[in-house]
Amino acid sequence: MEKKNIITRRTALITGVSAMGSILLGGCSKPTPPTYGHLLRMGDIFTYEAQRSLLNVRALSKEYNRADISSFPATGSINPSNPSLPGFSKDYELLHRNNFAQWKLSIEGLVARPASYSLDDLQKFKSRTQITRHTCEEGWSAIGEWTGVPLGVILHHAGIMPKARFVTFYSYDDYNQSFDMIDAFHPQTILAYGMNGKNLPIQHGAPIRVRMETQIGGQSIKYLKRIVVTENFVDTNKNGDSGWAWYMGI
Amino acid sequence: MSEKLANPVKTYHSVWVKISHWVGTLGFLLLVFSGVEIIMVHPRLYWGNAGNDLMPALFEFPISRNYHHGGWAPAQAIFDQPNSPISAGRTYEIFNQNGWGRSLHFLAAWIMVFSGVYYLVIAIFSGHIKNNLIPRLKELTLENFVKEIKEHLKSSIAYLKGPQYGLLQKISYLMVIFILLPTIVLTGLTMSPAITASYPFLLTIFFGAQSARTIHFFAAVLLVLFLLIHIWMIVKSGFKKQLLAMSVKK
Repeated sequence: MEKKNIITRRTALITGVSAMGSILLGGCSKPTPPTYGHLLRMGDIFTYEAQRSLLNVRALSKEYNRADISSFPATGSINPSNPSLPGFSKDYELLHRNNFAQWKLSIEGLVARPASYSLDDLQKFKSRTQITRHTCEEGWSAIGEWTGVPLGVILHHAGIMPKARFVTFYSYDDYNQSFDMIDAFHPQTILAYGMNGKNLPIQHGAPIRVRMETQIGGQSIKYLKRIVVTENFVDTNKNGDSGWAWYMGI
Repeated sequence: MSEKLANPVKTYHSVWVKISHWVGTLGFLLLVFSGVEIIMVHPRLYWGNAGNDLMPALFEFPISRNYHHGGWAPAQAIFDQPNSPISAGRTYEIFNQNGWGRSLHFLAAWIMVFSGVYYLVIAIFSGHIKNNLIPRLKELTLENFVKEIKEHLKSSIAYLKGPQYGLLQKISYLMVIFILLPTIVLTGLTMSPAITASYPFLLTIFFGAQSARTIHFFAAVLLVLFLLIHIWMIVKSGFKKQLLAMSVKK
């Protein structure tokens, strides 16, 4: 009885440690975001590696019907053209004044043809419309319909290079964020210009916001300005660790 | 001597029970601590897939400044029709410590998962569940229930060595191990946008992401209640003796 227990325990330990090792080792072969020597960030990267190893990364988020569209709070910056609100941007104010006619999205870095795309240019690509659930890190969720061009289509159009590993987004409200290639090329990752059948409203990120449906809502950044493709992780936090996880699939 | 003969099984808890008990305790306490922070950020619970400040809540808790904050810009209807869902911008700076709160919650969840799997594998294969936790048929009598309930209401209860559990103890442990913990893990996973993309059945079995959050909350309340009763019983049956049995005593 006693002996049987010991063997079972040892077997269980070995199985557990080797399973953990395979997840951790998977992370060593490719560049991952920094952990800042910080236990919480190490936990985040572990969750990231576990999700990348155990989930079907091409699976689509559930899409809903029009009747499921719900009320939708706008949080974070809600108008970068208003000097009295957080996230104010003089450039954005000028663009907004001309109804975004001069707005251009620049795509830079590891692309064969760096270019700037106007709203018109982006709307000429075949669009994708999806009714999805926005999951806010605060705890609430809302269902909305989004129309835009898949990010993968634009990245291919700009000639993304094979050694590209990260896509970093910069916004007018200075909220920056990056994805790995799996999330950048997820079929539901779109540059959205329409919401619920209308132009994307200011408070939801006009003229273009990212929609990324397999991560927490805050990763779908609003007021998009610039996209930079890189091989190495770009730390967009001015003071190192922002306090928030880089990857938020949970 | 005669007692030893009557109980040839172990007198105190096995080492693997002790390890998983204390590692699990650490994980659980961290989960409760970070969980309280997380619910304070959005102290409202809903049913279904969508739920947010612009929609009615099932329960609201006055546990942070985010309760009924009312900081919303005038709402706009999403569709030109009566009873349309609405959208509004938030103008109030909410309490939000989810940067560390969420990361700590998931790190603690990993600790809990590893100690839980370690426990479960050994508990099943060593016969601990079958021999010590599942009540014998002859134990399951009304008399026995009445007797045990009466005993539990007295100021002190009999000290049972090691894994010789009482009937109510067996039933509550089995409920925690096989109902509450699996429910809280699965409802937690149901809140993850990446996991539900791969496993959409989670959204079906828990009636939606917000229902899962609500069930997660109440399962946590029941687990905390279990912890309080557990500690109370330990105090009643000899705090020092019980602590030694779960730690240094062999």
